[in-house]
Amino acid sequence: MLKFVKGNLENIDGVAIYPMISLLIFFIFFVVLFWWVFTAKKAHIEEVSNIPLSDDTINTNETLL
Amino acid sequence: MELQKFYYDNKIVRKFIVATMFWGIIGMSIGLLLAFMFLFPNLTDGISWLSFGRLRPLHTNAVIFAFVGNAIFAGVYYSTQRLLKARMWKDWLSELNFWGWQAIIVGAAITLPLGYTTSKEYAELEWPFDIAIALIWVAFGANLIGTILKRRQRHLYVAIWFYLGTFVTVAVLHIVNSMEVPVNALKSYSAYAGVQDALVQWWYGHNAVAFFLTTPFLGLMYYFVPKAANRPVYSYKLSIVHFWSLIFIYIWAGPHHLLYSSLPDWAQNLGVAFSIMLIAPSWGGMINGLLTLRGAWDKVRTDPVLKFMVVAITGYGMATFEGPMLSLKNVNAIAHFSDWVIAHVHVGALAWNGFLTFGMVYWMVPKLFKTKLWSIKLANAHFWVGTLGIILYALPMYVAGFVQASMWKQFNPDGTLTYGNFLETVSEIIPMYWMRAIGGSMFIIGALMGVYNIIMTARAGSKVTDELAEAAPLERVTKKRTSKEAYHTWLERRPVKLTIFATIAILIGGMVQIIPSLMVDDYIPVISSVKPYTPLELEGRDIYIREGCVGCHSQMVRPFRSEVERYGEYAKAGEFVYDHPFLWGSKRTGPDLLRVGGKYSDNWHLNHFYDPQSTSSGSIMPSYKWLTKNVLDKSDTKKKMEVMVGLGVPYTSEEIARVQEWMTEQGAEIEKNLYSDPDFAKAYEADKKYAQENGEDFVEMRNREVVALIAYIQRLGTDIKVKNADASALNINK
Repeated sequence: MLKFVKGNLENIDGVAIYPMISLLIFFIFFVVLFWWVFTAKKAHIEEVSNIPLSDDTINTNETLL
Repeated sequence: MELQKFYYDNKIVRKFIVATMFWGIIGMSIGLLLAFMFLFPNLTDGISWLSFGRLRPLHTNAVIFAFVGNAIFAGVYYSTQRLLKARMWKDWLSELNFWGWQAIIVGAAITLPLGYTTSKEYAELEWPFDIAIALIWVAFGANLIGTILKRRQRHLYVAIWFYLGTFVTVAVLHIVNSMEVPVNALKSYSAYAGVQDALVQWWYGHNAVAFFLTTPFLGLMYYFVPKAANRPVYSYKLSIVHFWSLIFIYIWAGPHHLLYSSLPDWAQNLGVAFSIMLIAPSWGGMINGLLTLRGAWDKVRTDPVLKFMVVAITGYGMATFEGPMLSLKNVNAIAHFSDWVIAHVHVGALAWNGFLTFGMVYWMVPKLFKTKLWSIKLANAHFWVGTLGIILYALPMYVAGFVQASMWKQFNPDGTLTYGNFLETVSEIIPMYWMRAIGGSMFIIGALMGVYNIIMTARAGSKVTDELAEAAPLERVTKKRTSKEAYHTWLERRPVKLTIFATIAILIGGMVQIIPSLMVDDYIPVISSVKPYTPLELEGRDIYIREGCVGCHSQMVRPFRSEVERYGEYAKAGEFVYDHPFLWGSKRTGPDLLRVGGKYSDNWHLNHFYDPQSTSSGSIMPSYKWLTKNVLDKSDTKKKMEVMVGLGVPYTSEEIARVQEWMTEQGAEIEKNLYSDPDFAKAYEADKKYAQENGEDFVEMRNREVVALIAYIQRLGTDIKVKNADASALNINK
């Protein structure tokens, strides 16, 4: 089965560049990702991670309980 | 800054919760009925719309899109408003989302049992529904994005990214996989054929699991677990890595559903590699969820909400460890087509989706009704019954999978199959099916307890349809990064950019895999002896699709000695070039049918469809009596062939012109063959005589549905027997 595919791929001009591009896409993707994460400010991370816990509702129904 | 007052829309959340519980019970009950059909195959004997093949897609669709789908909307509508400090953008879009979605579900519940199906797994609904789903999904997305744009919270919390990623990716998956050409209002053919169709379908199927059952639920996890535990997520940085690496890698893994199939090896191996990589982000997410409970584990002892969530996240961890393992080719060789996969998906569905939904609902409903949960004890009972149910469901299915796969592969010393009769391998695992049915029953009993508890909670409280809140509006800030602002911090306040980047991340994988299959002309080696189906076979194939035969029978002989010995020559990619849609299947409750053509007589098939247990003692296949009576509808055959021509199937105009005669000829041939059985001849003539004497209409055998189906079945896999197919395949590539 692979022989059919290999044949097709070999016929493309300059196919050798594709593995290099793939590797680079991957490498850069994760390098950038980790760079984002490690350079993030601690105070900011702290603030954002607390977003779900902030309660801004005004309890108008308290009296009903 | 002055605070603005606004109202959260709780009514829409409440509606989605009601829909979640309602459809959950329906979807699970259909599953339970199916589980009992393994034990009592004649449970719904003779009722076509309650037959296994037609109900199976209803079960999967109801659980995925109705139960989990409504749960997603409930959780997203609740958490989005609070995370963005804004009411949903437009109330009418929320309403449209709700009622549109319910209408689609009702439509599915009607059309699937009636046999209107594309047969592509989790995408069975016919084309009008596909359009409706796209529209309603866009309404949901517009509402979500609109809310983001008018938010009062500068930064988008990670849950919102997961929702955005879900919206974008599901839209892309749904549209690409639903490319089909209509024949009539409720029938269409997939635009792709054979290998391409399989690749697109499992790119979709796998990512439906990824982006419908996983990413939205991860978003919900990142909101509701911190809420329930009352502490922030363990590591927000980890959640950033989790999100981006998960969506980037997940999209590539689809081909692991097609290992050892006729899909080109490079695509298979790509799928395997990315599936293995998926462990990292998946487990990163699981650990992040579980460690959010750091210092709060004592609460897990008493709080049912946290109990449900812990088991849910654990289930996620187990399923996402198992998934990559199942993607290894040597493991897949055993697990694929067996009940192991059924166990795997139910750990995901029952534990991860089911229990996270229950946990979320138990947490939300008291809040929505300003009260406490009616009974903590009952919720705990639900938890334990449900957990035991999951275990009792999954474990026997693992055993069943192993036992059956091992029996399929067992050889005698003389080189023959030890269990040459497929039925031996079925009767061996019936006790496992019993345990599964009991486990499933327990899970539903638990869910019913949950429904009761929720109703009592709602009745005890007072509903707050619009909850008052206040927050400061956003100040305008520059679009550029402010001084000292890190890149990701900037990105988190730029929702459109974030969405675009997420879209790029998910498109790369899909494009690399799918585009070559569509662009490269000789992607599929042509086999010159493979010819299009005759019109009668085409109609038979549509009956095969209508009855959901693909739910239990594969058409994919893998290149293993055990399978070639049992079924015949392994499948070649070139054999499926006219298969719109492909029918490879994913489960062998019954044997593979790729090479069944010519194996049995026409009479055998007729008797088998009428009463499978008469030809195969102990068979758990239901009877298809209606096929032997129904008139074959030939009114659309010409149109069907024309549509096929449009899709590249080489029917000539002469062939299309004489379609009716052609069908009658082939039907008459089969009718003649059937006469070779004296029992048939006697019974058939008696029927004919009776009809004549009583002045009733009599449908000749050649015009009945079963004849078309027999024509199709007898054709299956015979094309390459004509001559040496390998030789003709090789010639092409020279």
